Amino acid sequence: MDSETLEQVASADISVENRHYKVIGSRPIRHDGPDKVTGRALFGADIRMNGLLYGKVLRSPHAHARIISIDVSRALALTGVKAVVTNADLPTLESVVSRVGEGSINWRYLSSNLLAGEKVLYHGHAIAAVSAVNPHVAEQAASLIDVEYEILSPVITVDQAMRPDASILLDELRTNELGARGSTPTNIASHDQFQRGDLDQGFSAASVIVEREFTTSTVHQGYIEPHNATAIWGTDGQITVWTSTQGGHDARRQIAEVLQLPVSRIKVIPMEIGGGFGGKIGIYLEPVAALLSLKSGNRPVQMTMSRFDVLAATGPTSGSVIRVKMGAAQDGQITAAQVSLAYAAGAYPGSPVGSAMSVILNPYRIANVQVDGYDVVTNTPRAAAYRAPGGTNAAFAAESVVDELANKLGIDPIDMRLINGIKEGDRRVDGPISRRVGYIETLERARSSPHYLSALSSPSSATCKVGRGVGSGWWGNWPGGTSSVSVVVNNDGTVNLIEGSTDIGGSRVAMAMMLAETLGIQASDIKPMVVDTDSVGYNDVTAGSRTTYSTGIAVHKAGLKIIHEMCERAAQLWNVDPGTIDYADGVLTSGTNHIGFKELARKIGDGDGNVVASVSISPNGEGVALATHIVDVEVDMETGKVQILRYTAIQDVGTAIHPAYVEGQLQGGVAQGIGWALNEEYVYDAQGHLLNGSLLDYRIPTALDLPMIETVLVEVPNTTHPFGVRGVGEVPIVPPAGAVANAIANATGLRMTILPMSPRHMLEAMWAQAK
Amino acid sequence: MAYVWIPSLLRDLTGGVSEMHVPGQTVDDLVSVLENQFPGLRSRLCEGSAIRPNIAVIIDGLRSKKGLRESVSDTSEVHFVPAISGGCSNRVPSNA
Repeated sequence: MDSETLEQVASADISVENRHYKVIGSRPIRHDGPDKVTGRALFGADIRMNGLLYGKVLRSPHAHARIISIDVSRALALTGVKAVVTNADLPTLESVVSRVGEGSINWRYLSSNLLAGEKVLYHGHAIAAVSAVNPHVAEQAASLIDVEYEILSPVITVDQAMRPDASILLDELRTNELGARGSTPTNIASHDQFQRGDLDQGFSAASVIVEREFTTSTVHQGYIEPHNATAIWGTDGQITVWTSTQGGHDARRQIAEVLQLPVSRIKVIPMEIGGGFGGKIGIYLEPVAALLSLKSGNRPVQMTMSRFDVLAATGPTSGSVIRVKMGAAQDGQITAAQVSLAYAAGAYPGSPVGSAMSVILNPYRIANVQVDGYDVVTNTPRAAAYRAPGGTNAAFAAESVVDELANKLGIDPIDMRLINGIKEGDRRVDGPISRRVGYIETLERARSSPHYLSALSSPSSATCKVGRGVGSGWWGNWPGGTSSVSVVVNNDGTVNLIEGSTDIGGSRVAMAMMLAETLGIQASDIKPMVVDTDSVGYNDVTAGSRTTYSTGIAVHKAGLKIIHEMCERAAQLWNVDPGTIDYADGVLTSGTNHIGFKELARKIGDGDGNVVASVSISPNGEGVALATHIVDVEVDMETGKVQILRYTAIQDVGTAIHPAYVEGQLQGGVAQGIGWALNEEYVYDAQGHLLNGSLLDYRIPTALDLPMIETVLVEVPNTTHPFGVRGVGEVPIVPPAGAVANAIANATGLRMTILPMSPRHMLEAMWAQAK
Repeated sequence: MAYVWIPSLLRDLTGGVSEMHVPGQTVDDLVSVLENQFPGLRSRLCEGSAIRPNIAVIIDGLRSKKGLRESVSDTSEVHFVPAISGGCSNRVPSNA
């Protein structure tokens, strides 16, 4: 079988139109499972080595201040202290924006976030770091660093930051309007816009118009494992970093740029990761640990963040103010929508307002529309990506308004979405024509689901009311980025799968299953491993729901190469033309000759050259994901507490490679979305001090807060992937806040316009309504 | 000729024209034609010899990987879309 024919046959055998999978769709035990549940898996903080030093960071007590001076002499004089680094130890970088991974980054801002330069821009901003013989000495030494500040007034919310007389964070910042630079200092980093049709005409055609303003709080990803990094700056100039990251190569690039070194001088070893959700794409500690190592006589230095450090100085995603005006005709057709989104970027530009601009209305077909987005800097931690960045708050606003329109028109909320839902060939609000998406299918499955067809349960007490809400969500997965894999056939017939995509949500088993499906062998015969940046080709970050899609394509192609090579080896064995060999279900056949994959691997052995394949690709397929959620809530009208009674998530998942892990992604996204909806918020005082920097006070939902989250997997295969894969990890967090708000409105008649819908905010809204 | 959608924030340069047929075989060709017709447009879209990092080109619903070097056909529909941000990085817009 020649390679071209093989590609055609193999692709046809496993095409989305002809799905007769043997491995895909099953639920094997994940390869990394035993190590994870027995505690053998190694995380960054588990690293131990001879001469290890410990690093600690001095953080700003002020939200906004100019640094007048830093005196490290008392710290250096403490016994056991090896070195101190400040921003002066970092190379001075130009304000240059470069593409990195799935996006772009301003290197000077990244550097200033690692160790503050002229100003501190948020409570917890790193100023200096110390290495010492143990963490306690390092911490004591950090407290001995004397910093003189000129305290400035902070701006904490986007409303404060956008006022004409607001205190300015970054003197050089001007508003960027698609390449046009403003002329005056500002906290508004950018203004973008989508506009199409005629708003006046659209609103004139509406029978009902709803206009509301929504406010949402800053929230954190809430990964359980704190950031950590261990680094050695070797005497040969080579730097090795062990870290918890969503992408070793991306981390390497950032370290290289910040330290102004070639990437070949740096090796990043990605450790097991205890959650990331977007928050472990950017770096915080790695170059600092490396510099401390250099200044500590090339000894290894380990840095781990406390929970306060994590909450105060990493993550979070943006608080926002969103205004939505939407009109609909009597038949339910949305005739016009005008939206304004202002997102807090934190200390440096880069909020997810761009993605929010797409998310907010993209589930719907709207001819007359305008969406304005503002990226606003505030004296809070620099915003990081968080699972469908910007999507939850955007959908909270839009889904609330769609629900209110449906109520006013007397239309069932699912029918309202069916009337307006985007289908293949419709033009999206952000411009492009929609390709094949499964939104309508999710709505139809929701309408016929046991949950939606069931009656609401009775309130548990006389002070409680129950209600049901529906919400939808759109997310534009990142169906691209570079993925590189290598595959090696062992002489016992097992197969090593060497990849660089860090495994956050079970991707190792998904990759193994796709390779097993391609080769026609068992997933348990594949040994997937995530390796360091020197041991595999470039891989973009595990983010944007890209890994199962992109790395999966790379794995499939590598599998085809392996089949081709195995056919060559069998041809030599049988002395036949390789083109006469048929490969199916892991068996090679030519005439009366036949041999299984494992047996052939044994015959090949190691003495005649291994069968190996390497692939590096950068695909660009369709990847949009859509979901519809249903939730029942009970609201205690005396306390304002909202209890989730029942929750069902319905999602177009393309093809579920390992259904259990796809269901887990849906459940995890919903759990985080409910936390965002009901509990989670950063609380600052007027001076910008973070008041709830612990998980006791920053309340992530626990198992006691949530019912079993039911899932419905709708499989509309993505035709650009050999197995129909569509990214699944992000869109589940998009609908929850809107769905819960709609359920609260259904229960109480109260339309909540603030997140979180915590008891405090619920009671304030009830009291306001009662006035 | 490719069909190009002009971002609303650039329509001050095009006199309000929001979409138009543009000849060319690459995105760079399209931008050159647009620049000739609407001076100043290239500098809004490009930085040096590349599309600005915070702008992505969507061709027929798929994100271009090659930026200005990407080929277009006579039936292509081309959008210049603001980058989708995500914290330290500005995420490139999703495909259709």
